[in-house]
Amino acid sequence: MPLLDIRDLRIDFGSTRVVDGVSLSLAEGGCLALVGESGCGKSVTALSIARLLPTPPARYAAGEIALQGRDVLRMTPAELRAIRGGVVSYVFQEPGASLNPVLRVGAQIRETLRLHRPREAGETEVVRLLKQVGIPAPEQRTRDYPHQLSGGMQQRVMIAMALAAAPKLLVADEPTTALDVTIQAQIIELLAELRRQLGMAILLITHNLGIVGDLADRVAVMYAGQIVEEAATGDLLRRPLHPYTQALLRSAPILGREQDRLEAIPGTVPVPGQWPAGCRFAPRCPMARSECREQVPVLAPCGGDRLVRCPFVET
Amino acid sequence: MPLLDVQDLRVHLPVRGPVWSRPTVVRAVDGVSLTVEAGEAVGLVGESGCGKTTLGRAVLRLVEPTAGRIVFDGRELTKLERGALRGLRRRMQMVFQDPFNSLNPRRTVGESVGEALDIHRLAPTRAARSERIAGLLTSVGLDPAHADRYPHEFSGGQRQRIGIARALAVDPQLLVCDEPVSALDVSVQAQVINLLRDVQRERGLAYLFISHDLAVVEHFCQRIAVMYLGRVVETGPSRAVCRQPRHPYTQALLSAVPVVDPQSKRPRIILTGEVPSPLAPPPGCPFHPRCPVAEGRCRTEAPALRMGSDGRAVACHLAGD
Repeated sequence: MPLLDIRDLRIDFGSTRVVDGVSLSLAEGGCLALVGESGCGKSVTALSIARLLPTPPARYAAGEIALQGRDVLRMTPAELRAIRGGVVSYVFQEPGASLNPVLRVGAQIRETLRLHRPREAGETEVVRLLKQVGIPAPEQRTRDYPHQLSGGMQQRVMIAMALAAAPKLLVADEPTTALDVTIQAQIIELLAELRRQLGMAILLITHNLGIVGDLADRVAVMYAGQIVEEAATGDLLRRPLHPYTQALLRSAPILGREQDRLEAIPGTVPVPGQWPAGCRFAPRCPMARSECREQVPVLAPCGGDRLVRCPFVET
Repeated sequence: MPLLDVQDLRVHLPVRGPVWSRPTVVRAVDGVSLTVEAGEAVGLVGESGCGKTTLGRAVLRLVEPTAGRIVFDGRELTKLERGALRGLRRRMQMVFQDPFNSLNPRRTVGESVGEALDIHRLAPTRAARSERIAGLLTSVGLDPAHADRYPHEFSGGQRQRIGIARALAVDPQLLVCDEPVSALDVSVQAQVINLLRDVQRERGLAYLFISHDLAVVEHFCQRIAVMYLGRVVETGPSRAVCRQPRHPYTQALLSAVPVVDPQSKRPRIILTGEVPSPLAPPPGCPFHPRCPVAEGRCRTEAPALRMGSDGRAVACHLAGD
C-alpha cells in the first residue's frame, strides 16, 4: 500500500476548476516532484493532502486522497488533526511569512512538540532538532526571534518544526524559491540527507526542473490542472516525451552551452477558467495537429513506467 | 571611450536602528569600478544583499552615490545638476523586476508608454505620439490596438514587454535591467530574453543586466562582473568566467547552479555559512569566512581586483591566472 495515493482529484474554486483529474502515488520513503508553472494547480494539489484549502471558496469536486489507506476527504475534524503534522507536514516558500514573528523560534518548535510528542517537549529535543537541520550553535538560536535569522536559517527552522511532529510525509512547496543559489543548494542537500536518515517521504513542489534531479525519484509535470507526463526522474530529464516537458527543458539557458537564441515557448500559460478545448497545450505546441484542438488526450502508459498525455508521442 | 565608466563607486546607506542606538551605515556598494561599451551587455551577478541592485540604481542616480565617479558618454553624472541630469536620463533607462508593481494600474498602456515621450517632448503632435506608441508596442511583440488597455488585462510576460516598450520610448543607449525575467514563468522567460537581444541588435543598445541567474547571464551578456558584499570579486568575458572561474566564490556560485541533465553533474561546492551582514563585513577578504581555501593573510588583508592580460580580473590572493 502506498503512503499517499491520490485518485482522480478534482478541485473547484467557485465555479472555476483548478485541479482537473490528478492521480499521484508516493511510496513510503519515496520522493516525488510535482513540477509546473504558476496556476497549473500544483500547490492546490499539495494543500489538499492535509485538506488545508479553505472551503469555500475551494470545493473537493471528485476523487479521493488516500493517506496510509484512509481517505482524507472523508475524515472527521479529529482525524484530520491527527494526520496534520503527525502524518503529513508542510514547508512553504516564504519561511519569513510562515513563522510567528513575536515568538522565539525555540518556543515555536516546542509548541509543535507539545501537540505531537508531549513527553519529549523539552529544550533538549528542540536543540536536537535544530542541530539535525544544520543550525550552528542551536543552544543560542532557540532564543532568537525569526527576524534575527537569515532566509536560509528560517527555512531550516521551518523544516525543524515540520520534523518535530515526526511525519511520514513532508510536503515541500517551493522550499528554495525565495533563497539564493548557494543557500538553495544547502537546503536541497539537507532535505536529501533527512530523507536518507529518517526514511521520510517527500513531495517536492517546484517550478524549477533543475532541482528535481538532486532529490526526486519520480517527476510529474503539470499543465493547466492536469498531469501531462510522469516518469522516473532520470528518464524524464534525459528524454522528455511530452511536447510541453520538452519545450520547458529546451527554453532555459544552460551553463556552458552556446546558443544564439533561446527556444521560447510562444504564448502564455492559460489561467484556470480559460483552458482551451482539446489538448490544453495545443495552442502553444509546435507539433499540434488539427485533431489536438478537438480531442482531449488521456494520460496513457508509454513504455516502462512512464505516463504521457499526448497521443502523438514517438517512443 | 566606454559608454559607461564607473570608477570606485561607493554607496553607503544610513541604517536606522532603535532610537538609542548609534547611527550606522551599510556599505551597499564599496568601491566598484566597471565599464560598459556601447552596444555591449554586461551582467552583474551575486546573491541578495551583494549590492547589485543598489549599484544599478546608483548608475542612474536613483540613489545618490557617496563617493566615486560615474561617467556616461564622456560626462560625469555625479556632478550634474537636476536639469542637465534629466537630459542625460533620456539616454539611459531602467527595466524593473516586477512587472506587476512597476506599471501604474490606473493608466492605460498607451499612457504609461507615452508619458516618457511627453516628459522629454519627443512627440510634437498627437498623431505622431500615437504612431510612436503603436510602433513601440509592435517592436516588443504586442498588438498596438491594446494601447487602450490597462495593465491588469495583461499577463506577467506581456507586462514586462510593456515595461521594455516604456524604457525604449525615449530611444536610450543604455538599459539597466534589474532581474527582468525573475518574476516570469519559466516558459515565458525565454521570450523576454530573446526580445531584449533583438532590441539590442536593432538599436545597438548597451545593457547593465542584473541577475542572480548565472545561466541567463552567461547566455545574454558578453561580460560579467561577480559581486560579493558590495565589491566586484571577479570580472571578465562571460564565457571565460563561467567556464573557468578563478575566484573561489565564483566557483562555488557556479557549482551551486542546479543542473538538469543528471549525466553532466559536476561536483558541487557547498558553501558553509551565509553571506555576512553588510553592516559588519569581516576584515580582510570579505569572502574568507566561507572560503574553502582561505589562509592567513586572507583574514587580515583585503585583496585588490587585479587585472590580468586576458581581460579578466580577480580579487583573490590565491587565484592564479
